[in-house]
Amino acid sequence: MTFTEILFYVFSAILVISSIGVITARNPVHSALFLVFAFFNSAVLWLLMDAEFLAIVLVLVYVGAVMVLFLFVVMMLDINVAQMRAGFTKFAPLGIVVALIVIAEIGSVVWLKSSAIDAAALGASSGVAAPAAAEGYSNTQALGELLYTQYLYPLELASVLLLVAIVAAISLTMHKRTGQKVQDINAQVAVNAKDRIRIVKMVTEKE
Amino acid sequence: MIPLQHELLLSGVLFSISVAGIFLNRKNVILLLMCIELLLLAVNFNFIAFSHQLGDLHGQVFVFFILTVAAAESAIGLAILVVLFRQRKSINVETLDTMKG
Amino acid sequence: MQNTLLTIVLAPLFGALIAGLLGRKIGRVMSHTVTILGVAIACGLSIHVLQQLISGEAQNFYGNVYTWLVSDGVQMNVGFMVDRLTALMMVVVTFVSLCVHVYTIGYMHDDPGYQRFFAYISLFTFSMLMLVMSNNFMQLFFGWEAVGVVSYLLIGFWYTRPTAIFANLKAFLVNRVGDFGFVLGIAAVLYYTGSLDYRTVFDHAHQAFAGKTMEIIPGVQWMAITVTCICLFVGAMGKSAQMPLHVWLPDSMEGPTPISALIHAATMVTAGIFMVARMSPLFEMSEAALNTILIIGASTAFFMGLLGMVNNDIKRVVAYSTLSQLGYMTVALGVSAYSGAIFHLMTHAFFKALLFLAAGSVIIGMHHEQDMRKMGGLKKYMPITYWTSLIGSLALIGFPGTSGFFSKDALIEAVGQSHLPAATYAYWCVFIGVFVTAFYSFRLVFMTFHGPERFAIHHEADPAEATTIPDATKTHASKVHDSHATHVDDDHAHSDHHGGPPHESPWVVTVPLILLAIPSLLIGWLTIQPILFGDYFGAAIHVEEAHNVLGELAREFHGSGEFVIDGLKHAPVWMALFGVFVAWWLYIKKPELPARIATTFAPLYKLFVNKFYFDEIYFAVFAKGSRNLGTALWTVGDAGLIDGVIVNGSARSIGWFASIVRGIQTGRLYGYAFAMIIGLAAMLGWFVVWPLFK
Repeated sequence: MTFTEILFYVFSAILVISSIGVITARNPVHSALFLVFAFFNSAVLWLLMDAEFLAIVLVLVYVGAVMVLFLFVVMMLDINVAQMRAGFTKFAPLGIVVALIVIAEIGSVVWLKSSAIDAAALGASSGVAAPAAAEGYSNTQALGELLYTQYLYPLELASVLLLVAIVAAISLTMHKRTGQKVQDINAQVAVNAKDRIRIVKMVTEKE
Repeated sequence: MIPLQHELLLSGVLFSISVAGIFLNRKNVILLLMCIELLLLAVNFNFIAFSHQLGDLHGQVFVFFILTVAAAESAIGLAILVVLFRQRKSINVETLDTMKG
Repeated sequence: MQNTLLTIVLAPLFGALIAGLLGRKIGRVMSHTVTILGVAIACGLSIHVLQQLISGEAQNFYGNVYTWLVSDGVQMNVGFMVDRLTALMMVVVTFVSLCVHVYTIGYMHDDPGYQRFFAYISLFTFSMLMLVMSNNFMQLFFGWEAVGVVSYLLIGFWYTRPTAIFANLKAFLVNRVGDFGFVLGIAAVLYYTGSLDYRTVFDHAHQAFAGKTMEIIPGVQWMAITVTCICLFVGAMGKSAQMPLHVWLPDSMEGPTPISALIHAATMVTAGIFMVARMSPLFEMSEAALNTILIIGASTAFFMGLLGMVNNDIKRVVAYSTLSQLGYMTVALGVSAYSGAIFHLMTHAFFKALLFLAAGSVIIGMHHEQDMRKMGGLKKYMPITYWTSLIGSLALIGFPGTSGFFSKDALIEAVGQSHLPAATYAYWCVFIGVFVTAFYSFRLVFMTFHGPERFAIHHEADPAEATTIPDATKTHASKVHDSHATHVDDDHAHSDHHGGPPHESPWVVTVPLILLAIPSLLIGWLTIQPILFGDYFGAAIHVEEAHNVLGELAREFHGSGEFVIDGLKHAPVWMALFGVFVAWWLYIKKPELPARIATTFAPLYKLFVNKFYFDEIYFAVFAKGSRNLGTALWTVGDAGLIDGVIVNGSARSIGWFASIVRGIQTGRLYGYAFAMIIGLAAMLGWFVVWPLFK
């Protein structure tokens, strides 16, 4: 067993444990933190699988942005944890049974088809490119070349999707409060002098 | 070299755990969203495993897009959650039954 | 030629459209001017065409004017076939129509529907011309239905009277029965010959129908030609009011008298006779059909005449006489004396129109009173009407020398010559029918124009005659007849000179009477030779050698004068004179006798008064039966099956299904999520894992 393999199994075990933590933690904050931990582990595993760029993205985007957002929402909202936990175990047997069935199904596919999978892996290793072997190879550069050439339009679409998501999220959460004093720039610019100033003629007073 | 079967099994286990999580935390929308993130993570594992084994970068490109969509999804999901909480003072899924037939 | 024919057809249509659509704008005088002008043009041109055909200046016309549609090789054309038969009909139709148009000016003088009436009768003239001039079955059917529609409209002309509406609906429904047969007949002709054109059909009929049979009731083979001809004849029965489809004609007297003369005596009802004569090449091929025609015609001739003997409504008596005379014509058709039928049709058109118009004149003179029991002694008040109706009656009974004598005597002789199985029955029917005809005709003349004046006391019921009124509330039918007299005055604005003594009618009424009286007297004398025994019709009418009864008569024919003298040696003339004598005896000499006879033969008398209970039977069987069927279909089929099962049932089953499915739709988010996940697992198992183990 090589060092890489040991690392893989260790981190895999930690990942599974922290995932179980996510779904069983009593406090949503803990859940979120478990999830952050799971993401870190995943990033390590992805590094082991030669997906360096995505591993970094996972940490930066998920841990840095999405999970912070999760934590922020969890903490901002006053959630009645006890009520949420009520009947926690009610569907647990069903959930476990379904989960086991799914595992069995996936496992059976994986093991029964292992010869085909081996052949595929063999073909790949003997064939076109063993990318890590190449000198001066950069995963980030290769991915970038692919994204900005072949996947340019999907990339643009994805960026528009993010923009839409930003607009949607803002427009959903922003709400006008009444009774606030704010400037109306339009009204200020459009104003006329005679609306503001009244010149009153007076008789000069003499002493 | 880690066998592909092990990597796929890890992904399957992760997937099952999050499915079980949906059953367990059926009332809490935030946890449901987290479970969905976990589901997507499992899927991403599959893509990266195959990409790694086949030496094909296209799989990683797909993971990239899935990450994008998942980020957008969780942003909007959380926004809806906030609006929902403002309306109801609760995010209990059990009370969300106005769609009842 | 084609332009002339088109003008003949379209001139009345044009008049009808002007009077019908613009009647209110152009006023009464303009309306009758334009329609009379149209019909006069048609009449003049028809006479011209007839003249040309007789003199040989023009050939028979056969051609299509317009192709309406072509479907699967079958052409439906508008076209004309004008030979001498058609030309004769055209002259009869347009001449009687012209007389009626003029007469209407007087008769309908005060009616609010004046323009409408003129539009209708002009439209009728158009339709009838289309019918007789057609060169194909499709156009024949068009004309057939069009005259039916106009007849319907005109019977119900005074549409505020319930009785008129009842009568026109009845006429319409009874005609539907006949038309159904007619359509089937046309369909059979099309099926076997593949064409609707007369010429093609007649030329190919022999090959097309030869030996063909059809099986309507399983296991029974019928000759195709017999079935076709009988179907066509059913159409003629409806239109020409033969038993048992005659019931509409007496009721059609609800319409104004001019149309009774035009449509229900002279022209439309003879359409059936004309049609059978036109189809003579087909009918000649089936002896069974001819026998059927003979039996039906003879029964109609005799039994409908009997009914005329007891009726008291002046128009109805004439109506029954029309039925009877139509029966005579049908008999002539049955013995293959087609030219005899057309000859009688022509003479009958003149004298029956004359009789109707005279009856109308009497009705005007009596301020719209139609009950003969309230007339009498009108001779001195209405001399022209009296003399013209006397001429009409003499022609009707076949008094030697009048037109009716020639046609009827020849007809009876022809029946005597026939060798068909049914001819003996038919001969006795028409022979006794002569007596019956003479009796009711002169009963009418004597009751109306002779004897004491009964109109002064006309609201005190004559105790002797009171028994003749059937129980008014018994059925719809009898209600219709009895309420008739009381309704007449309602819509008719004659109140200005109501109650005065009877008066002679204005010249517009009497002139047509005189115009019609002349042919009633003379036309038989002049035309019997060419029409009956000469070669007038040529190829227009086809008679098999074996049936040629007129040919046998022709050998004994030596001119009109001889025919009259010869006729005096035959029994029918003496039967007629005997009938006149009996009528005179009963109604002038011993006026108390009829009531005593009525009480002596009470059951028979009641049978006659109730018209053999035809109406009652039809009401009980067909009207009630179809109502019950309709109710049953409505409750079971419509309300039960369609509404209950299909419409409401589908809604109910969807509602029931939804009430179950609604339970699944909890509205809870996690429920849906669970369903998705379990579904996913199941599909994964079914589509991915299961095939691996197979």
